[in-house]
Amino acid sequence: MTPFTRFSGIAAPFNEDSVDTDVIFPARYLLLLDLAGLGARAFHDRRYTPEGDERGDFVLNRDPWRTATILVAGANFGCGSSREQAVWCLADFGIRCVIAGSFGDIFAANCINNGVLPVALAPEPLARVSAAAAAGEALTIDLEARTIEGPGFATLTLPIADKAREALLAGRDTLGMILETHGEAFARFEAGHRAARPWLTRTTGD
Amino acid sequence: MPQTTNGTLYEKLWSTHVVSPLGPDDALLYVDRHLVQEVSSPQAFETLQNRGLPVRRPDLTLAVADHAIPTDSRGGAIADPLAAAQVARLEANTARFGVPYLPLTSARQGIVHVVGPELGFTLPGATLVCGDSHTSTHGAFGALAFGIGASECMLVLATQCLPQRRARTMRVRFVGPPAPGVTAKDLALALIAQIGTSGAAGHAIEYQGEAVRSLSMEGRMTLCNMAIETGARVGLVAPDETTFAYLEGREYAPAGDEWHRALAHWHTLRSDPDARFDREVTVDVAPIRPMITWGTTPEQSVTIEGRVPDPRAETDPEKRERIAHALDYMGLVPGTSLSDIAIDRVFIGSCTNGRIEDLREAARVVAGRRVADGVAAMVVPGSSAVRLAAEAEGLDTVFRKAGFEWRHAGCSMCVAMNNDRLAPGKRCASTSNRNFEGRQGRGGRTHLMSPATAAAAAISGRLAPDSRGCDGVPAQVLP
Ligand code: SF4
Repeated sequence: MTPFTRFSGIAAPFNEDSVDTDVIFPARYLLLLDLAGLGARAFHDRRYTPEGDERGDFVLNRDPWRTATILVAGANFGCGSSREQAVWCLADFGIRCVIAGSFGDIFAANCINNGVLPVALAPEPLARVSAAAAAGEALTIDLEARTIEGPGFATLTLPIADKAREALLAGRDTLGMILETHGEAFARFEAGHRAARPWLTRTTGD
Repeated sequence: MPQTTNGTLYEKLWSTHVVSPLGPDDALLYVDRHLVQEVSSPQAFETLQNRGLPVRRPDLTLAVADHAIPTDSRGGAIADPLAAAQVARLEANTARFGVPYLPLTSARQGIVHVVGPELGFTLPGATLVCGDSHTSTHGAFGALAFGIGASECMLVLATQCLPQRRARTMRVRFVGPPAPGVTAKDLALALIAQIGTSGAAGHAIEYQGEAVRSLSMEGRMTLCNMAIETGARVGLVAPDETTFAYLEGREYAPAGDEWHRALAHWHTLRSDPDARFDREVTVDVAPIRPMITWGTTPEQSVTIEGRVPDPRAETDPEKRERIAHALDYMGLVPGTSLSDIAIDRVFIGSCTNGRIEDLREAARVVAGRRVADGVAAMVVPGSSAVRLAAEAEGLDTVFRKAGFEWRHAGCSMCVAMNNDRLAPGKRCASTSNRNFEGRQGRGGRTHLMSPATAAAAAISGRLAPDSRGCDGVPAQVLP
C-alpha cells in the first residue's frame, strides 16, 4: 500500500446522512470479480439513469467534482453491509479521503485497510469543510501534521486514532506485521486456549 | 496481558481471545470460527494464493454459497454466468485450500448465519467472524461475532487472528412483557426506531431483560442479527438453558465429557451484576406493537396501525428533508394509513427471519387463506435444513395452497443478487433487514416487518390489514 502523507484535492460535497453501502455500491455488482474499473460503479444508481445516462444533478457528474479525490458526507457514512467494494469503488474512482460526521464501523476499518483516510468531524467543522467543498475549492489533508486546510476556514485538527494513522503513514502491510511479529505469541496463545477451552480449538464435525 | 475487566460479557469474551495487545484499546484477537461465503471471499483467497500462503486453520473455517445462488431450483447449472463463476470460484478455492465446503445440493447448505448455529459451528464463548455484516446474529449464543471486510477475511484465513479495536459497551434492557403478536423482529425495529441507525455505532450491545430471556434462540438471533442496523458490530445475549438446549447434540457441538466442561465454562459467560457499561438504554416493551418500516432506513418505522409521517410536522429541516426524500423514493403520500397501501410482492426469508420458527409464525397466519390477487408471494427458507423441517411439518403445503411460492434456501430477495429481484417502483412486504434504496432491486420499495405481519400483508394485499381485519386476519396480527 502506498503511504498516505499529504495531498491536496477537490472535495465533492455529498450532504446526506446515513449513506449506506447499497447506495455506494449496489449489491448486484458484487458479482464482478475484477476490482479494476469498480469506480464506474460508485454510487451507480444515483449517478446514472436506468438507461445508463449520467444524471446531471449528481455531484460526481459535475465539474470540478468529477476529479474529486476527497468526499465530504454527512453522519453515519458507509453504514450497512461489510462489502469492501464500497471502499474499492471509491478508491478506484480516485477518492483518497472521506470526511463525514461519522462512519459505519466496518466501512471505516475497510478504508484503513485500503489506504483511504476516514475523517470524522463534529457538525460545526464539518459544515465549514462542506461549504468549501461545495464552492469547488481544493482542500489539503496532512496526515503527518494532522491537519485539514482549505479556504474559508481556520486549519482544523484531523481527528484519527494513532493506530490508524500509523498504518496509513507507513502504508503498512498488516499481514506481514502479524506474521513477522506475532508468530510466537500465536503458538503460545493457541496452546493455552486448547488447554482451557479445547472445544473451541477444533470442530468436532467432519 | 493488560486486562481492564469491568465485568461485562463482552469484556470476558475479548480478554479470553487476546493473542497480543497492540495498545490500550487494540489487540490481536484469536478467531475460533470463520464462516466464508462466495461474495466476500474471492479477493481474500486470491491474495493468499499470490503470496503463497496456506489457510492457517481450515478446520476452523466453513464455507457455503448463499448470496448469489438461484432459489427456484437446485442441482442444475446456475444460469447467471457471473453468479455461476462466483460459486465455482468458491468451490475451487475451498478445494485448493482444504476448507470444508457445504455444496449447494447438501442438506446442510443455507445462509451462513442460519447454517452456523444449526450445525453447532457457532458456540458460546467463541470468537466468530464472517465477511458479512449480519455476523452479529451469532451473538445470540454469547459468541463474540462480527462482520469483517474482505481484507480482514484474508488476514483471518492467513493467520486465524485479527487486529481489533475494543468496542465500547452498551446494555439494552427490554423492560416489561411484550403484547400478544409482538415478535423479536418488532423488538428489533422498535429499538432501532428509538436509538437510530447509528445509535450504537462503536459499541457492542448486550441485550438483557425478561423479554429477551423468554425469546427462543430463533428470536434471539433475529434480535442480534439487526444489531448492525443500530450501527453496533456486535449484539450479545448471555447463554442460558435455552441456548444449551438448542446446541446439545448438534453436529459440531462438543459432546460427552467435553460437553460438560464446555457447559461449566458457558455458565460463566454473563455480565456480572455490578458490570459497568459505557452506555445504558432501556426499552419499554409493553407499548411495542408490530412494526413496519415506511422509509429507506430501518429506523423509519411505525406501528401496524400507523400512518406514513408528514415531513411538514418535522421541525428540524434536515430531518424533514430526509423524510421527504425517503417518501419520494418510496412513492408514498404523507398521512396515508398503512392499511391503504397496496403491495406487489411478499418475501418471507433471510438470515433475519428465515428460520423454522419464523415460517411457523407466518404459516399460522396463512393457514386456510389465500394470497391477495395481484400479489406475488414467496417463502425462501434460510437453509436446506429449515426447508426440510418445514416440509416435514407440512408448512410448504400451507404456503403453496395459499398461493405462495416455496423456494430453496438462499439470501434471495434480501439482497437481490440472484434473479429474485424487485422491479422498479414495486412494493414489497419483506422479513429481511434492510430497506435501503435499491436493496431488493433497483428502484424497488422495501417495507420491513415480522413474518406474521408479512403473512398478513400477503393475505390482505396491503401493508397492514384494516381495523376490521381482512379475510379473518385481525389488525393486530394473529395469532
Ligand atoms: S440473508 Fe440478506 S442480510 Fe442475511 S446474509 Fe444474506 S444477504 Fe446478508
